[in-house]
Order: sequence, then C-alpha cells, then structure tokens
Amino acid sequence: MKQTLWTLAALLSHWRRRPGNLATLVAGLAVATALWSGVQALNAQARMSYDAATAAISGGGARTLVAARGGLFDQDLFVKLRRAGVDVSPVLEGAARIGDKTIRIIGVEPVSLPRASPIAHKRKRADVLEDFFSGEGRGFAAPQTMRRLGLAEGAQPQTERGRRLPPLAALAEAPPGAIVVDIGVAQRLLDRPGALSRLVIADDAAPDDERVKRVAGEALRLVAADDESELARLTDSFHLNLTAFGFLAFLVGLFIVHAAYGLAFEQRLPTLRTLRALGVAPPNLVVAMACEVAVLTLVAGGAGVIGGYAIAQALLPDVAKSLESLYGAQISESLSLDLRWFLSGLVMAGAGAVLAAASGFAKALRLPPLSVARPIAWRAEHHRYLRRQAALAFLALVAAACAYGSGEGLASGFAMIGCSLLAAALFLPVALAGALALGERLARRPLARWFFADGRQEISGLSLALMALLIALAANIGVGGMVEGFRQTFTRWLDARLAAEIYFEAATPADARDIEAWMRMQKDISAILPVWRAKTRIGEGPVEIVGMTPHETYAAHFPLLEAAPDVWTALHAEDAVLVSEQLARRRGVGLGAVIGIPTSTQVWRARIVGIFPDYGNPKGQLRIDHERLKRYFDDASGVHYGLRIASDATARVIDNMQRRFDGKIARIIDQSELKGLSTDVFERTFAVTTALSTLTLVVSGVALFASLLTLSDMRQARIAPVWALGATRRKLAGLELMRVMAFAAVAAICATPLGLFMTWCLVAIVNVAAFGWRLPFHVFPSQWLVVFLIALCAAFLAALVPVARLARAAPTDLLKVFSNER
Amino acid sequence: MSIHATPEHLEATWKAAPMLRVEGLCKSYSTPQGAIPVLRGVGFTLAAGASLALTGESGSGKSTLLHLVGALDDADAGEIFLDDARLTLLSEHARAAVRREKIGVVFQQFNLIPSLTVTENLGFQARLAGRYDSAWQDELTHRLGLTELSGRYPEELSGGQQQRVAIGRALAVRPKLLLADEPTGNLDEASGDKVMTLALDLVAATGCGFLMATHSERLAARLQRRVRLESGLLAPQ
Ligand SMILES: Nc1ncnc2c1ncn2[C@@H]1O[C@H](COP(=O)(O)OP(=O)(O)OP(=O)(O)O)[C@@H](O)[C@H]1O
Ligand SMILES: [Mg+2]
Repeated sequence: MKQTLWTLAALLSHWRRRPGNLATLVAGLAVATALWSGVQALNAQARMSYDAATAAISGGGARTLVAARGGLFDQDLFVKLRRAGVDVSPVLEGAARIGDKTIRIIGVEPVSLPRASPIAHKRKRADVLEDFFSGEGRGFAAPQTMRRLGLAEGAQPQTERGRRLPPLAALAEAPPGAIVVDIGVAQRLLDRPGALSRLVIADDAAPDDERVKRVAGEALRLVAADDESELARLTDSFHLNLTAFGFLAFLVGLFIVHAAYGLAFEQRLPTLRTLRALGVAPPNLVVAMACEVAVLTLVAGGAGVIGGYAIAQALLPDVAKSLESLYGAQISESLSLDLRWFLSGLVMAGAGAVLAAASGFAKALRLPPLSVARPIAWRAEHHRYLRRQAALAFLALVAAACAYGSGEGLASGFAMIGCSLLAAALFLPVALAGALALGERLARRPLARWFFADGRQEISGLSLALMALLIALAANIGVGGMVEGFRQTFTRWLDARLAAEIYFEAATPADARDIEAWMRMQKDISAILPVWRAKTRIGEGPVEIVGMTPHETYAAHFPLLEAAPDVWTALHAEDAVLVSEQLARRRGVGLGAVIGIPTSTQVWRARIVGIFPDYGNPKGQLRIDHERLKRYFDDASGVHYGLRIASDATARVIDNMQRRFDGKIARIIDQSELKGLSTDVFERTFAVTTALSTLTLVVSGVALFASLLTLSDMRQARIAPVWALGATRRKLAGLELMRVMAFAAVAAICATPLGLFMTWCLVAIVNVAAFGWRLPFHVFPSQWLVVFLIALCAAFLAALVPVARLARAAPTDLLKVFSNER
Repeated sequence: MSIHATPEHLEATWKAAPMLRVEGLCKSYSTPQGAIPVLRGVGFTLAAGASLALTGESGSGKSTLLHLVGALDDADAGEIFLDDARLTLLSEHARAAVRREKIGVVFQQFNLIPSLTVTENLGFQARLAGRYDSAWQDELTHRLGLTELSGRYPEELSGGQQQRVAIGRALAVRPKLLLADEPTGNLDEASGDKVMTLALDLVAATGCGFLMATHSERLAARLQRRVRLESGLLAPQ
C-alpha cells in the first residue's frame, strides 16, 4: 500500500514539472467525453420528450388501441367498448397552428383517464375538474410551451382555422409542445366531430383481444405499452446518425489521450526504471498507474460531462427544430438529464482512458529494472512498429470488408466506414515512412537528407495525432461531399416538385368548395390542382396518400426515378399508384409490382407505375388518382390545393384570396416561400452533422498541437547535435515547421480518397438504410482544396508554438542534451 | 610587424600567434535560487597544433568553458578570439558558421545523429560546411577502423566505435580547433586509450588545436599542457 502510494507520488511529480502536458491530457479526455456525452444528451432529451408525450396521457405503462390502418376512428367504437365493459379512455390528437408555431392538441376525458397519468393526478384537485367542465373548459400546457407560443396564463389564442382555444393554464406535467383540452373541445378545435385517435386502456383492466375483436371487429389494433412510440421509431435513424458522429468525435478525442499518455509514459521511462531498480514490483507499478488513470478519469471525465451539457445546450435548438420540421416531434428545449447520463459519460471517459493507457500498463509489467546500456534500438523498433501498423491496417480492412458483406443495414454501413477509417489511419505511418524514405533517396544536400532521415524518427511520436487529423479530414470531406451532394439534388428536386405557384389549405372542406367555385372564374389561375391527403398503414409504418388530378404540370415537372412508359395515363385510368422511393425500398417492391393498400373499407390492390424521390419525408408516400382518393378514403383531408398561376400574378391572387376568404383559408403560401422553408429544414438537419465534423477537426488540431508540444522536449535531443555542428536554430526551426506541414499534407492527400469513399458509403449505404433514399454521387474538388488548406493551416498553427520555442531556445537548454544528466 | 617583412616572415608570425585566445571569461547560471558563478575570469591561449588538457573537480565548470569556446553558449564577460574571429561579437548566424567550419566537437554522449549511418554521420559536418573531401573522408574511415562499419547506424555500434565516428566527424571538416568533453567517459580504460591514441594521431596529422576536458590524470598526461579549473579560475600545473 505504502509502496503504491510512494510510487504514485513519484509518478504524479512528473506532471508538476510539465503542467502543459497534463493540461493536454485532461483536455483531450474532456473534449472526447464532452462530444460523446453531448450527443448522448441530445438523444436522451429527444427520447424523453417522445416518451413524455405518451406518458402524460397514459402514465407510460398503459396499452392503447388505435385504428388498424392508422388515422382516426369513430367514437361509436368507444361507446360500444364501454358498454361491453372494457375500461378505456378516449384521446384525440392533432396538429394546429397558432401564429407561425405548430402545436399538438390533445383531447382527453379526465374522468376516465388511467390513474397513473400525471394529468389524471390533477383531477383530484376539484378546481381542475371544474375547469374542464365549466363552460368552455380550460387548456393545459407546459410552462415552456406557453413561453414558446408567447402566451400568458388565461390567454385564448386562435388556431389557423379560426377556432378559439379555451383559457390556457400552465401545468408542468403537460407534454412539451402540446395543449391538453377536453375531448369535446379538441374535436371542435381540430374540426373532427365524433372522431378519436386512440383509446387508453385503464391500468389493471387488461381486456383480452377476443373481447375487443368481438366489439370492434378489425377496426382497432392493440399497441403494447413497451412498444416504442411511433415518433421514436421514425426518428431512430436520425438519432443513430447523431450517435455515429458523436462516436467518431470520441474516437478522435481518444487519439489525443492515447498520444498524450503514451508520450508521458516515454518521458517517465527513466523514473519508472529507477522505481523498478529501487525495488517496486511491476504489479505495484501498474496499480499506481491505474490510480493515476482513475484520478484522470474523474477530473477529465467530470469536466467532459459538464462540457457535453454545454454542447448539448448549444445544439439543442437546431436539433429540436429539425426534429420538429422533419418529424413533427416536439422536444423540450431545456435540458433535464439524470444521474444515469452523467455516470455513462464518466464510464465512457474511464474506458477511453484505460484503452489509451493499456499499452503503457503492458510495458510497465515487462519493464526491466536495469536500463539498457545502449540507446534503444530505435531502427529495429521502428521497423517492428511499421510492420505492426501495416498488419493492423490490413485486419481493419478485412473487418471493413466483412461489414460490407454482412448486409445493407445502418449498423453495417457505419461499421464499414469506421473500419476503413481505422485501416487508413493505421496505414498512415507506413505511408509517411515510405514518403520520407523516398525523399531521403532523392535529397542531395546534407541538411535535406537529415530532414528526411530524422523525420522518420518523428513519425511514431506524431503518428497518433496525424491519424486523428487524417480521420477528421476524411470525415470532413466525406460528410461535406454528402451534404453538398444532397443540397444540390435536393434543390433541383424541390424546383421540380414544387411546380405550382401557390399552395393553400382551406379551413374546412366546405370552405374549400366555396373557394374552388370562386377560383374557377379567375382567369389568372390557369389550373387548380387538389392535393388532398389521407393516411393509412402498410406493414409497420404509417403511409401518407396524396391525390393527383390529370394535368400536364405533373407530366412535365413531377420528378420520377423510375416510371412505366404510360405512367400518367395509367395512373388515372387503371388501379395504379406512384410509390415513394423510401416506401418502395422498405416494402421491397419495384415497378410493376402490385401493392395492397388498406382503405376505409377494404384493401385496394394497385399496380406500381412509378417510383418518385421524396427526400426529407420520414413517412412513406403514395400518389394516386384524385377521384380514387375521394372514393376510397372518406376521411381524405379535402382542404389542400396547389394553383398554377399565369406569370407574375401570384402576389395579386394571394392578395385577392386573403381579402375574400380571410377566415376560410388556414394557410396560403407561394412557391418561393415554401422552397425557402424546405431548404431551411434541410440546412437545420445537417447543421448538427456539420458542427460535429468541424468540432472533430478542431479536436484533431488540438491533438496535433498537444503532441508537438510534448514532443518538443524530445526533439531538442535530436536537434542539439545538428545545431552544435553549425546549423542555426532559425534554420532548424524552419525545417521542423516544414516537416510538420509536410506530414499534414500527406495526411490530407490520403484523406481525399478516403473521404470520397466515406461519401460513397454514406450515400449508397447509410442514407439508404437510414432514410430510404439514394442520392446521386457527386464529387467536389473545391472542397478537397479547402480541406487541404485547412490541414496545412492546422499543422502550421499547431507547430507554431513548439517551433517558436525551439527557434528561441537558449543555448543552455540545447546544451543540457550533452550534459551527463540526460 | 614591419611593413618590410617578407611573406615567409608573415607566415612565421601567423604560426606563432595563438590560434585560440581566451581573456577574462566569466559565466554564471541563473537559477531560481540565485545566480551560480561558474567561471570568474578565465584566460589562456592555445597555438595551432598544440594540445591542452582541462582538469578539475566535477562541477568546476569544464564543460561550461568548452561550450563557450565552442561558440555554443554566450559568456557574461570576457573575450574569445578564435583564428582572428572575435566570437563574442558574432551574430547567431556567424557563430553557426564558425561552429561548422572551424570547430570539431566530441561529447561524452549524444554525439551522433541516430537517423544517419556511420558514413553519413562522418561526412555530415563537412558537407554542412561545404568542404567535403572524399579522399580525406576515406582516410579517416580507414585510420579510425570504421571501414567495416560504414553502413551501420549508431545504435548498432559499441560506445568506443561511436566515439571513433564522432572524432572522425569532428576532424572531417579539418577544423582549426578540436574540442572534446570527457570523450572517453563512457568507455572502459582499454578502449578509451585506443580512442585517445587515434585522436592524438589525427590531431597531429591535421595540425589543429586540441582542447579536452577530463577527470582522468592519466589521459591528461598524454597532452602537451594541462591546466586545472578551480573556483572559477585556471590554475596552471
Ligand atoms: N543549465 C544550468 N543551469 C544551472 N546550473 C548549471 C547549468 N549547467 C551547469 N550548471 C552548474 O554549473 C557548474 C559547472 O557545470 P559544468 O557542467 O561545467 O561542470 P563540469 O566541470 O563539466 O562537471 P563534470 O566534470 O561533472 O562534467 C555546476 O555547478 C553545475 O551545477
Ligand atoms: Mg562536464
């Protein structure tokens, strides 16, 4: 025990002399932990919000009944079930807009709500109960939601359909982004008289499927309590993406820790030897080192988790907005995290630290007490090192190939990217050594030869930082290429898809009929294109059905990936559908296949005559003939329209419509504004990805800086002899700078094909698995140039301090190299 | 020196004039505990072809003096004239040139550049100074018995072999002054003696001045003159 303590004291004294190195080590681990736990915090926050949305009503543990094909069902079913003795509580959910914000309206029946529901608790308070039933009732929203809407207690905002909400009250238990009202009020607000979206089954009463089936027939479907919410499933890939990038950043951070710890180990080798010579047994040495790592984990991990909180806080608004606009999910915008998250951050930090220190432990166990009289056989060591790197790189490559062979899933896609990044990183030192050997062979002047020969000695010290740089650069090229490619494809697609000049939504179907009648008489309006919508479910997922009228606009503009030759005539004349790319992939169907679509009354079988891209839509989509939509889906929206307008009359038409039908139009928007909104959604979605890949680059720059700083001590021993032989410090410093920049340049050159490969993986495997669409593969050489310059700048900045230190090193410092103390 | 002097006269004067002259040299190291005075006015001369042993207790400042003479460090006060150049007045750049062209150094350890082979190490300074002479290099290699070892790297050599390479490298440039700091400190007696003999032979062959710091009375006795460093001053023996 005592021995360990003294050993630990001796080990720790190292850091007192080198606070800079300690700072790097702590910072590296902290940054890695911060990036990882920040991303985890975002994911946890989102998942919690999804759960809260369901839990607020059902108490989390309850099972629910929903319409078998999705959408709404008649409240008669509820009445029948109640009469049959099944203890259920009705819920109606729907979206409404207040001002420019979308909110969820949740209608509940407080008396029959399960007791576990946080909202139900409130019913014990007489005033709440009274509120619900007195007159127009009350609306409950979380304080945060009220703040977001800019509403005060008691306010009565209007929805876009012109319906006035009951006076609002703050209730902390209300789910984020939602207003809870009485079921009757909700039916009025959402314009859904007599409709329900689900039935919550009361706590202990577990109705057997038989009884439900007898009463409701095939109309209802039982959803188990532990089934994740629909939202959680839809957003899964989004979160997996975040996790993957968080992990990438963590890996890059680990490279810093590994590098910093490894260098510290080398520097402490004499101390360790002396300790061994003084009689410290190897296990004691390792125990002491482990204690040191534990302290490091607590300090750096703790700081990292706090940093992660800050990162999550900073990224949350973007993540929340993209989740909202992509999936309609409402995320609470104030982070609330639990102990489990904190601990998992620490565990990750600890695992990283142990991983980074493992080779040090192994070496310490085998450390001989007597120092080898001759200098370490550097050359033999170096060749062993290069062979090991090459072998490991090969293994990683094999792993990547296995991942590719193992299927098309998201996990295998990421595994493949991870393994190939690792393979390239491991191979980098070999490539550098090769380049330097070549340089040495070509160089004539003595300093130039020394420049190359000596560079090889620097490789192993810098390799980890350079690997981190390579990975970060490749990730930047890879992600940048994917995002840029997506941006171009998306913009082009949007231009074609949004062909109509005006889109509007009537408040009710009746209003829509009025407006339509008026529109037919306007000569500015050259075509009225109803785009009514309905919902159904095919297999596991929700599917949106959109109607299309026969019009040359579609034939001319509507983008299709694959189409039967007679696609547009077939669509309207036969039992035919257009299927979105995601849905086609998910169902594994192609052109010409027949697909069964559950309608209000039956399963309609239709032939696929076209497949269209539908970027950014997490749900599957079907496009069918407008008349068939009306016939098969009696709950079709009946309020959505696109209008073709004679050139430059757009503003006038919008103006006219707004003046004439003020209350009857829920929303009207012109094409350019809609494009702006969609592009905005796109930008938000990738803001986080881009932020993470940039952070990764910063982290790798720090790694390079840290390694150079730590190495600069050792470099002096290499440089001093050359200086003593008559080379000026300035010249030597210049060579050092050049060498680091040359290394970075090689890393950047290697990163380019690697980044391209990563783009390909993202586009052809990950995106397809995550979102269901495949983008065309684009190449952006200008991006490569930027990344190359970034690499040079990063190397320059990282090397500046150590090199300046060298250039201004006092002769005494350099002479110490020759003094006997070394 | 008269203006009527013949060139031969001049040459004689030049030969007789000391190649190295050190006057009133002072040096102290500053530490957190205060300045440590190491040299307090050291002066001596060394003619071309002459050899001088510098002895003294450990910590007496032998290495410090050698570093100053070798244009590796700055003195606090005093002058060093090497072959007419006044070292104390030179810029960093010019001092580097002096080190390259006029001085050969052999240290106790950390002498060789580990990334270069024996041959490359041998020729390194001469090439750096732009006066590489392959015949001379071959002769050195031969006389130092390094022919067999020429393709090896320093880590593959014994201590004595390494020191032989270091001496060869220092002399390859045909320096005016050879400085050695405990050149045999890391070697056993026999190989130390062998290295010493080689060094003295080659010094005689090149005609350079030779200044060596050592602990060993036995080694010191092999040089022409010896001085002892004591409390920062030279005491002739
Ligand atoms: N960089 C330094 N900072 C502070 N003091 C130093 C430094 N270098 C040397 N000294 C001190 O200067 C004195 C002379 O050192 P020097 O190395 O010249 O002695 P030396 O005669 O060569 O000793 P040795 O025979 O042991 O090699 C010593 O007391 C030493 O502690
Ligand atoms: Mg000494």
